[in-house]
Amino acid sequence: MERPLTQNISSQRLPLNLKDYIAAGGYRSVHTTLKTLSPQDVSKTVQDSDLKGRGGAGFNTGMKWSFVPMNIPGQVKYLVANADEMEPGTFKDRLLLEGDPHQLIEGMIVSAFAIQANISYIFLRWAYKKAARIIRRAIDEAYEAGYLGKNILGTGFNLEMHLHTGAGRYMCGEETALLNALEGKRATPRAKPPFPQISGLFGKPTIVNNVETLCNIPHIINYGPDWFKSLSKGEDSGTKLYGLSGHVNKPGIWELPMGTSIRELIEEHAGGMKTGYKFKGVLPGGASTDFLVEEHLDVKMDFKSVAAAGSRLGTGTMVVLDDRTCPVGFIHNLEHFFAQESCGWCTPCREGLPWTEKILLSIENGQGSKEDLDLLQMHTEFLGPGNTFCALAPGAMEPLQSGLKYFREDFEKHIELKICPWR
Amino acid sequence: MLSEDEIKEIDHEIALVPRRNAACIEALKIVQNNRGWISDESLIEIAAYMNMSAEELDSVATFYNLIFRKPVGRNIILVCDSISCYVMGYEKIYDRLRNTLNIQFGETTSDGRFTLLPNPCLGTCDCAPALMINNNLYRNLTIEKLDEILEDYK
Repeated sequence: MERPLTQNISSQRLPLNLKDYIAAGGYRSVHTTLKTLSPQDVSKTVQDSDLKGRGGAGFNTGMKWSFVPMNIPGQVKYLVANADEMEPGTFKDRLLLEGDPHQLIEGMIVSAFAIQANISYIFLRWAYKKAARIIRRAIDEAYEAGYLGKNILGTGFNLEMHLHTGAGRYMCGEETALLNALEGKRATPRAKPPFPQISGLFGKPTIVNNVETLCNIPHIINYGPDWFKSLSKGEDSGTKLYGLSGHVNKPGIWELPMGTSIRELIEEHAGGMKTGYKFKGVLPGGASTDFLVEEHLDVKMDFKSVAAAGSRLGTGTMVVLDDRTCPVGFIHNLEHFFAQESCGWCTPCREGLPWTEKILLSIENGQGSKEDLDLLQMHTEFLGPGNTFCALAPGAMEPLQSGLKYFREDFEKHIELKICPWR
Repeated sequence: MLSEDEIKEIDHEIALVPRRNAACIEALKIVQNNRGWISDESLIEIAAYMNMSAEELDSVATFYNLIFRKPVGRNIILVCDSISCYVMGYEKIYDRLRNTLNIQFGETTSDGRFTLLPNPCLGTCDCAPALMINNNLYRNLTIEKLDEILEDYK
């Protein structure tokens, strides 16, 4: 099985209902886990598989679970699926949510068992209306069949699952801000430590995992860590959902071996650039990742290789910049988004992002000066890692700092000509 | 006064969380769904029911993009203005909407038919440009398609 995550997904029909999902081999990992494995066994298997978080941070999932306190009688714990997909350019979790809801539920049951959580939430983006309908139905089916609720499969393990839809804010994707949103508060990030594994939702130990991460769990339990590693042709294990948007012939999303090269993604899977458009650069993993350019086309899309090239795998969904799109306008669009979505909690982000956006707009409108480039450079340092409360502003600086590096001539042309050359 | 139906729905959400005020965003969404937007009066009613001060609830309500603290039209158009839609030309779609409806982002038509709002990435970037009207998603937009779509909303 080369494509475990998408094996049941077809755009030609509705997602599998519970009966058909079971007929296709679904929920096997729940039987195995609850009847034959200990929570430690599950954690160890996942840790050995080297599954890394697919939300963008790339932390070893089993390791993340290992910080949850175990064996404290009566301890309430939570598992949360982060389905708040809102990184601009990212549309991968939507496919899993709309295409195979039971796979997510199955992954959540096994993951909840591993940390001995008895309550779980799916935090779903408000805009995913179709996914909400599909998941709600799937949860109901799972309760009816005894996969959720009390005494699952007669094993004594209990798990409640609730769907929570958000009210729209990028910050909700940050795991501690997401917990605040679930508690009915403003979605501002929390100080770490304490980490959510110790004190998370309502002050209880909590694991927040991305949808794609959780969907990998059943397959790792069924087929083992070695199989999972063998799926990859890069430095990290498993498959990855890769997406591509922009002026390519066939924008889309594909499950491929981890480590598939950027060139293969663009030329083979996306059918190459559209006639009349040339490749100029790419955000490899969403809006908050550094540009990669022509010299990086053979970089393998896995966490280590993309980091070595100076960017981040992030969500693995790429946005292509072509030669007919102004890079300054492109970066301005990104910074407009980040300035708007900054939660306002810490000063560098709240003040620095709107400033950055204004400078970029004035350059784009032909009113920029050479000093503005120094100011932008300064922001990439002042809003960089370590200077802000969470990762939003440092993420926002990634496309800017790499844009200034790779497209500097284009910035300078705007300033010299006092007009955007693309207009 | 919150209606009986509103209270029933809010109570359902309260039962799912260990603290009453944790359901306040759901309560805002339930009331907004019924009344179109959250007026000061609605805010005060919900706050009282959730055992919160109106100020505290307003700090939550104003944080989220999709809680409306101003009146909106019968139909809400959310235009994706994020990066993939930018590359694929959402600005042409916005221009067409501005010219057809005679409103800018943040405004409502004088007949109350449409409110026009910008919206971050709708997560359908391979089918850009995209927008949502009420609960419906429209993708691979062209100006011709847009004109037809608008006809469906009165």
